[in-house]
Parts: sequence; structure tokens; C-alpha cells
Amino acid sequence: VTALIKNGELIEDEFIDASGAEVLPPRGPVLVGLEQWQAHREALLERGDRLGIKLRSDQQPEAIENDVDHFELIALEFPKFRDGRAYSYARILRERYGYSKELRAVGDVLLEQLHFMIRCGFDAFVISDPDPLGAYRAATADYSVWYQPTGDGRPTAMQLRRRRAGEGSP
Amino acid sequence: MYRYDEFDHQLVAERVAQFRRQVKRRMAGELTEDQFKPLRLKNGVYLQLHAYMLRVNVPYGTLASRQLRKFAHIARTYDRGFGHFTTRQNIQYNWIKLEQAPEILEELASVEVTSIQSSGNCVRNITSDQYAGVARDELADPRVYCELLRQYSVLHPEFSYLPRKFKIAVTGSPNDRAAVAVHDIGIRMHRNEQGEIGFEVLVGGGLGRTPHIAHTIREWVEPEHLLAYVESILRIYNIYGRRDNIHKARIKIIVNQMGIDRYRELVEKDFDASKNLRPVVPQEEIDRIAACFAPPAYETLGDIEDELARLSAAEPAFGRWLKHNVAAHKQPGYAIVNVSLKAPGAVPGDITAERMDALANLADQHSFGEIRVNHRQNLVLPYVTQKDLYALWSALQTLELATPNMHLLSDVISCPGLDYCALANARSIPVARDIGLRFVDADKLAAVGPITINVSGCMNACGHHHVGNIGILGVDKRGKEYFQLTLGGSSDQNASLGDRLGPGLAQDDVPDAIQAIVDCYLDLRDEGERFLETYRRVGIEPFKEAVYGPGHAKAVA
Repeated sequence: VTALIKNGELIEDEFIDASGAEVLPPRGPVLVGLEQWQAHREALLERGDRLGIKLRSDQQPEAIENDVDHFELIALEFPKFRDGRAYSYARILRERYGYSKELRAVGDVLLEQLHFMIRCGFDAFVISDPDPLGAYRAATADYSVWYQPTGDGRPTAMQLRRRRAGEGSP
Repeated sequence: MYRYDEFDHQLVAERVAQFRRQVKRRMAGELTEDQFKPLRLKNGVYLQLHAYMLRVNVPYGTLASRQLRKFAHIARTYDRGFGHFTTRQNIQYNWIKLEQAPEILEELASVEVTSIQSSGNCVRNITSDQYAGVARDELADPRVYCELLRQYSVLHPEFSYLPRKFKIAVTGSPNDRAAVAVHDIGIRMHRNEQGEIGFEVLVGGGLGRTPHIAHTIREWVEPEHLLAYVESILRIYNIYGRRDNIHKARIKIIVNQMGIDRYRELVEKDFDASKNLRPVVPQEEIDRIAACFAPPAYETLGDIEDELARLSAAEPAFGRWLKHNVAAHKQPGYAIVNVSLKAPGAVPGDITAERMDALANLADQHSFGEIRVNHRQNLVLPYVTQKDLYALWSALQTLELATPNMHLLSDVISCPGLDYCALANARSIPVARDIGLRFVDADKLAAVGPITINVSGCMNACGHHHVGNIGILGVDKRGKEYFQLTLGGSSDQNASLGDRLGPGLAQDDVPDAIQAIVDCYLDLRDEGERFLETYRRVGIEPFKEAVYGPGHAKAVA
């Protein structure tokens, strides 16, 4: 079963994936590719519906640095699970560009990678599994301790140590 | 030494539990080998020619006696009674069963050792100077920053799927014993006029099929920004590194393709844009880690040169060992003892479980329970009192761990080669053993002086042959193994890549060729000149003549 999970819950995908399509659907939330956005920017904005953009792993988020406020959804593609570029793109979008809406991982997304993706700022995932939600919950429960500060705001081991040291003093 | 706190323990326990589940899923067929492979690699489990191999990290080469005893226990219980120390401050077990791997990792976790990221396309074990904290020539102790980098790199969410493996080495001494110039990131610690510590950062070094010496990307990074700067280097690599060809995926390729100036520009841009977003490392954390590396409870002693000279005169074998295997310590009355794993006929880096246990005991008696692992496949006892040296030497002699050959001809570095490795083209171990057996006369070895020989069984260069003063590369030509020699390599602060001497030689001809090279050097050297210095002065031609000229070893490939 292929399912969309956002913030730990199964949700319906309201966006119509028109990336690569010749003609856009007349209405409704739509997901377009970077080339479509660049070619039809004004038309897409005038459409008045929610807009999403999908970036391939060879398309850096720099291309939409000044546009992120227009998007309700940014989908980053993992063509192969080994291609880790989108982890960096996610952090740049979240931490540097301040993008706060849905950030979706699509493509070859393995369960083992979910916790890394969440820490980089992804909040939505397309997962194929007989029990997508169960698999998601199991895979994201693997770790409770992290060393690296990222934009997801989870306390790192270093921060937890300082907090504990603070509690110890009067 | 660094000690885990509850958070470190928790993370490692979670890692082991996760791997246990992954192995179970693989056994049940829920994961394909293609999906499982990167997961097992990131836990140090390789599939070799005959069995699974497990590679375990010794972070920055620092090892406690209880950890070495655990290594011995694992060798006995899960392997064939020995382990193999590598050129990256790892120990490898060559005969592991996959289904036992999670259990081994649990055993290792109990003594604060892991195999996390000892393989795979991620940041590998952080390596450093085996004399860290005790060397007389040290400017600053690299271990604190190595530990910060270790924690920073473990399970990094952004950098767990890099284009290729990534190796970081740090030296706190101007005399580079950590080979930082042939690492993806090399870090040299400096002090400014105010006595403050800073880091010179190098990128793009590496060996393998396209060897490169690293470029300095920034002369000075403040300690609180070190992790942020490393993050920018890794990010640019993660984004720009080539993913179309595994042989072109290392950072050295992209750095040299775009040029160091362009790479620096991209890194600096990311660093400037991100540094305010990245928390600096708080001084309390640096202090907490530094406290783990406080000097041990040294006795107040003086140097006893006269006494040692007297003992050396009475017992020349002790004198030789003292000269070659013992290094100057920064604490008066103490010494650094190198433990040679290169006895004649030994497999470089191999050590039996019995010797590991015995060495752990000697470390408890003579070295505050601490052992170091160097990148030359030898071990080190870092805190030995000079008055204990004779007793320690006697004990090491009994264990056959006192061969007085550090940095001499028979101190050969070798990869495991075709005896174990699925990538190898040739058997490197027999070549290393032949050399060890040919050059046994201690006086002759001493007369030749410092010279490094590095043997790799294929162009992936795990034996670092490019940076051996004499490098030996095994190749396969029409189903036969040949060995190509290079001269003039070095991995120290004046790193250089070796030049190819000529056509490959048959295995049996290698010791004769080494002999010819050495004889040629002895003829040509100026007073007090080391092999590498002579080579750099006279060039390769006399050595070519010595090896391939009339009446000498015949070239066959």
C-alpha cells in the first residue's frame, strides 16, 4: 500500500501531481515541477489554488529561494535511496529560507531513512508498505538521542547535558 | 579517556537494537540485499571473499585496557582467535557470522566501543595522532576536538547518504603522524600569538585510484566554529559531489574538478549564510570533554638517561628497542612505548587474543590502563615510566611484541589483500611477510634507517602505497599477480605521492628489488640523510638502474 503520512498521520493527498504534465488541471491544489513554475509563474499564481512544487535531486532550492512563500507544499525527490542531496535541500529550505509549510519526501524513501529525514525538516512522506502507519511509527521510534543540532528543534545530547547540569545547581 | 554518559550509552543501545531488527528483517527476506547492504555497512559489516568481516572503531586511536580485553574476547568467541589493526585506527575481524553481529555489537557497546559508520558512504572513524596528549612536540591536544567531531558525525541526519565515504583526521603536532594531507578533511591545530587554538582545514586529499594531496581551504577556524565549518564542507560535498560514477565520487574529485578556489567560495557562502543558525559549541561542553583527557596521575620523576644508557650498553637488544621503539614523552621521567606488530614473518597489524590480553595487563601495570592504535598498524603504550622500561621490554620480548623496527624497513604496512578481500587483485600479505623475513638483521635495519614500505593489494590503496617511501601495488595481469613499485611517497607534513619506478615484478622478485633500492640509497646518501631525502635529491633514475639494469631483477609485466 502506498500512503501519504504527514506529521505521523495518514492523510489524503489533495494535490494533483501535474509535474511533467502538458496541461494543468482546471482547478484544485496542484503540484508542478521547477520548469513549469519558471515558465508559467504568473499563470500559476493567478490560478488562486494551493500550489506545490517538486524538485528533482539535481535541482537546488536556490532556484526558489525568493518564492517559498508561494508554496503550500514542496516535494523533494529521492531518485534512489542512496542519493542524499535532498537532506541538505530540506535543511536549507527550513533553516535558511524559513519555509514552514509541508515538506514531502517522495521517490525511493526507505523506512530506515525516516528519522534522518524528519530531523532535516521533512514532515510528510510517501511510503509503500503493507502497514504504512505501523511501519512509520516503528521506524521513527528507533532513536531518542541525537548529537546534531538541526532546525527541527529537538534537543541534542549536548543541550540535554547542559540542562541536566543546570538542574543540578541551586 | 572519554567516558560515555547516559546519552552516549542510550544512543549506542538504540543503534544496536535497530541493527538487530534489521538483521532479523534481512533474514526473514523483508529487506533485499541491495537495501540491507548500506545498513550493514554503516554498522561495519562487510561481505568479503570467505566470510563477513566486522570493522570496529578505535576513535582517534585511543583504547582502554578493558576495551582491548573485549577485543580479545570477541576474537576468541566469535572469530578465529585474532584481530587485525588497520591503517585507520580500526580493528577488523575476518570470520564473523552475520547472525552473531548484533550480539558482538552489544558486547562492544558494554565497553563503549562501536562499529558505527566504520564503513559506508558517510563520515568514518575520526583518526588522529597516536601520541596525542603525550607528544613532546604537540601544540595542542587534538582528542577533545576529535571527540566533538566523533559525536557530531555519528548518525548525522544530513550526511548519512553522502556520495562516498568520508575520512577526517586531526593533528595537534606540526610533525604530522596522522597523515592529514591524504584525508577528505585534514585538520591541523595551530596556536596564534595570543596562544589561542585555531584549526587549519584541508580538503580533497585521498588515495585510491586517483590520489591527491589535500588543499588548505581555510587557514584559521576558531574552535567554536569548527563543527559549523566542517558542516559547510560536508554540505557542499553532499550537494555537488558526483553520484554518477562510484570511482569519481570522493570529495577529492569534485574539489579538483571545480578547483579549490571555487570549492572554497561555495563553502564560505554556506558558512556565512548558516553560521548564525548553527549553535556554537559551548565552552562547558569543551571543558566537559577536556576533563576526560586530563593527564593521568603522573609521578614526579626525572629523566634517567644515564641509567638507560648503562642498561643499553649491558644489553644491546634493549638499547636497540629503546632507540627505535621508544619515543620522547612530554612528562619528565616518562616515555612512549611503541609495540611492534611486525615481528619477522608476522602479518602486519594482526594480533592474537592471548597477546591482546597480555598487552592489556601490561597497560594496566605500566601505562595507566591505556593503549593507542597508530595508522601504521602498531600499538602504543603512552604513559610508561622510564624506570619501568626494562621490565616492560622483557615482558614484550616474551610476547614477541618487541621487534625493534619502528619506521624501519620491516615495519611494513599492508592491507589484507586477496587472502581476504573481495576487491583485491593480489596477495599483499605474503609480500609484506617476505620483506619482514628478508630484513631481519637488527643492525642492518638500523644502519639503513627510517624508511616506510606500504603494500596494497589493489588500486583502492588501503595499504596507502602512494605515500610509502617505497610503495608496492599488487596488480593482476592476465591472471597473474604482479607488483608495481613507487618511490618517494610520504604522508607526513611534507606529504608527497610516490613516482612509479617501472614495470611490475613477480612476487619472488620483490625482496631483491627492495634490496637493490636500499643498496642504491646507501651508496648515494649523504651523511645523516634519510632515504626520502636522498630520493628527493637524486630522483628516480639511479633506482631504476639499480632495479631494472643489467644483471638485476627482471621486469615481467
